[in-house]
Amino acid sequence: MSPRWRGRLSDLVLHGLGLGATLLGLLVLAILLADILRDGLGRLSWDFLTGLPSRRAENAGIFPALAGTVWVIAVTTVLAVPIGIGAAVYLEEYGDRGWWARLIEINIANLAGVPSVIYGLLALGLFVRTLGFGRSVLAGAATLALLVLPVVILASREALRAVPPSLREASYALGATRWQTVWHQVLPVALPGMLTGTILALSRAIGETAPLLAIGALTYVPFAPDGIRSPFTVLPIQVFNWMSRPQEAFLENAAAGIMVLLVLLLGMNGFAAWLRDRCQG
Amino acid sequence: MASRTMAIPSLADVAARGREGEVVDTGTKVDVRGLSCFYGETRALDNVSMRIPAHQVTACVGPSGCGKSTFLRALNRMNELIPSTRVTGSVAIDGQDVYAPEADPVEVRRRVGMVFQKSNPFPKSVFENVAYGLRVNGLAGSRAELEDRVEASLRTAALWDEVQDRLRDSALALSVGQQQRLCIARALAVEPDVLLMDEPASALDPIATQRIEELVYQLKQRYTIVIVTHNMQQAARVSDGTAFFWLGKLVEHDLTSRIFTAPARKLTEDYVTGRLG
Repeated sequence: MSPRWRGRLSDLVLHGLGLGATLLGLLVLAILLADILRDGLGRLSWDFLTGLPSRRAENAGIFPALAGTVWVIAVTTVLAVPIGIGAAVYLEEYGDRGWWARLIEINIANLAGVPSVIYGLLALGLFVRTLGFGRSVLAGAATLALLVLPVVILASREALRAVPPSLREASYALGATRWQTVWHQVLPVALPGMLTGTILALSRAIGETAPLLAIGALTYVPFAPDGIRSPFTVLPIQVFNWMSRPQEAFLENAAAGIMVLLVLLLGMNGFAAWLRDRCQG
Repeated sequence: MASRTMAIPSLADVAARGREGEVVDTGTKVDVRGLSCFYGETRALDNVSMRIPAHQVTACVGPSGCGKSTFLRALNRMNELIPSTRVTGSVAIDGQDVYAPEADPVEVRRRVGMVFQKSNPFPKSVFENVAYGLRVNGLAGSRAELEDRVEASLRTAALWDEVQDRLRDSALALSVGQQQRLCIARALAVEPDVLLMDEPASALDPIATQRIEELVYQLKQRYTIVIVTHNMQQAARVSDGTAFFWLGKLVEHDLTSRIFTAPARKLTEDYVTGRLG
């Protein structure tokens, strides 16, 4: 075989392997989705979305969990976004580049890799007991905020770093202060990138179950939260609860619950993608 | 680069030349004394002393890495935005040292405007680009005053006729040459005393370059201009005085006509005639 042919062959093989790997991932996802759709589509209805949990599977609804997820993620956003962006601005624009900054940087990167259940244990001690938040929406949101904070900081720093230095120079050269430069020039340019990273982090937090179970989020809640001090449950916990039931009918409920969660996730990821495209265009 | 071994004139020499060949009768605007700049351990600028006359165009020439851009950025304290930069010596503008402990770098940069090599308009409207400096410095009391001053700056930068119908459009939609004149208008809006230009035309086509040069020529009536350029013809065309930098030192500073016809230093002559660098 000539070297030319060998080159062409290895190219073909590599091409095939790459295609196979891609298709395998898609195939697994497709089977998973098809399975869930088959089980859950029959249960998905307006009554299911607005109904309260019930001991009888056919009457059970997901409203408290859906409302709980929306509450928790909303409060998580309010807590994590300002702190995360603030920390990123400090580290990128104000902090000096000494060993101290390096130490913080390494710590944040490590925190992003800590298993989520450990955040749950920390939050149980800190938020639920010491600060007396109880098993509330606030405690859950604070836990998830801790969880996403490292990711938000890393994504925000990345976005700040992508702002061309010439923009900062132009602003400083006009006699703008550091804060004016950050506020008027740097942040508007970096914001879409920051938000994209933040939304992706939040959409991962939506699916978190372990840390919320650790802080004692309830598995049976017959009402929607009415404030940040209210007890709550969230979609993944409700799904987890239904899946642990022996009756077949509850498994259908779980599948339908997963569909609701997936739609929420896809919506958020789609929004992030749209935001990214818009700022690139 | 055989010239690396050539004798560099001593500073006393340079200073002496500077005095006897004094360009000016318009008075000194910027008085630079013993200015050295370090990036970490690297000395980018070595003990430069130079008097920049008011209402004239002073060109800084020399090969890449000779310190001319560093010199320019030392005049409005832009250097210190780069970490691990150190400056010694003094830069007095109208007798006030911009490196004095009580001097505020933000105020210095308002008084000493700067135009960069690559045009860098803000990703905002044409109007907002010019208005920004006025806003952050609180220079316009009312909306009407803001609009007046934006228009005046755009007129001074010879851009008004081209953009008066496009003030709300993004500045990034302008041509590169227009963008650079917008950057000049933006710098002029805050009414600096001194305008620093770092190779302002090096990214432009010949026609756009000519417009910038004409502009520089007109602006010197109101501003003191220091321009860094790679282009010897440009230096000869627009400047009154020329400073030649070599390996971080100021070799010669004199009337442009003298630098280009009868420089005191062999090194200068070799450079301006293209035998060097």
